[in-house]
Amino acid sequence: MIGKLAVIVVWMLLQGMGLAQASDGDIALEARELKLAGQLRCVVCQNQTVAESNAPLAADMRNVIRTQLQAGRTEREIVDFFEQRYGAFVHYSPPFQASTWLLWIGPFALAIIGLTVLIAVLRRRMAHAEPAPLTEAQRTRARQLLDEESNL
Amino acid sequence: MKFAAPLIAFLALAVVLVLGLQRDPRVLPSALIDQPLPMIGSPLLQQPDQRFDGVQLRGQVWMLNVWASWCGPCQEELPALNVLAARDRVPLYGLNYKDKSAPALAMLARFGNPYRSSAVDADGRVGMDLGVHGVPETFVIDASGRIRYRHLGPVNSEVWNTKLMPVVKALQ
Repeated sequence: MIGKLAVIVVWMLLQGMGLAQASDGDIALEARELKLAGQLRCVVCQNQTVAESNAPLAADMRNVIRTQLQAGRTEREIVDFFEQRYGAFVHYSPPFQASTWLLWIGPFALAIIGLTVLIAVLRRRMAHAEPAPLTEAQRTRARQLLDEESNL
Repeated sequence: MKFAAPLIAFLALAVVLVLGLQRDPRVLPSALIDQPLPMIGSPLLQQPDQRFDGVQLRGQVWMLNVWASWCGPCQEELPALNVLAARDRVPLYGLNYKDKSAPALAMLARFGNPYRSSAVDADGRVGMDLGVHGVPETFVIDASGRIRYRHLGPVNSEVWNTKLMPVVKALQ
């Protein structure tokens, strides 16, 4: 009786370990799949990644990512696979190329232009900032005001 | 005079942005333009024992229309395709995308079949090789088997006459 129980317990432990191993592999694969899917754009719902989208095409793309990962393809190869079919647009973060350089450089170029203009304007203002000397009338008026203040 | 430069800059930006708004972000150029048509080795809808063979179609300019019975615009374009493909004698083939054969055949029976034959792409993998976003899409394939044009969305007589036929005529 005890022998039988022991066998069952050992068998259950082994089963449990087997399951745990399988799910570790599955979790690693799923993590890689999600990471890749997060880098690709769903071409139907354009502002979502393949990982976020519920579109049937995005589901197909996730399946393809998974089968290709299982087949041992590298991430680079899988991204290339989609780029060949859907174009560079499929990258969620657009690659730096002839049609996208303005997108990448534009904000920094605008910031530099803005700063240059700002500095130029400020410098000019500083140069003109020397106050004109007070006239005699202004001087007496100021003295009067100061005297009033001290008399209070 | 003081405001001339900012005003001009503003107007220039406004023009650029208005032009940008006119563009449809969904109309993307196909990545496969001028690339060879991917292999479509799938069975035919009407003769499941035969396979679609794109190589046999070399030497002529033909069109491939991606369609499905679950797609409303595909039903709408069928009558137009029937009339136009016959009128201009353009070989028109179909790719039945992510569909089941019973409803697909029923739709062709009801609205007429403009295709010389349709290849079955039940799991959408051929569609993925073609870079299909959504049905319907229509490709023009030249005599050497290269994709030369892709139209997104349903075909009507205006699209046929102003977009597809000029490409076909230029290639013929």
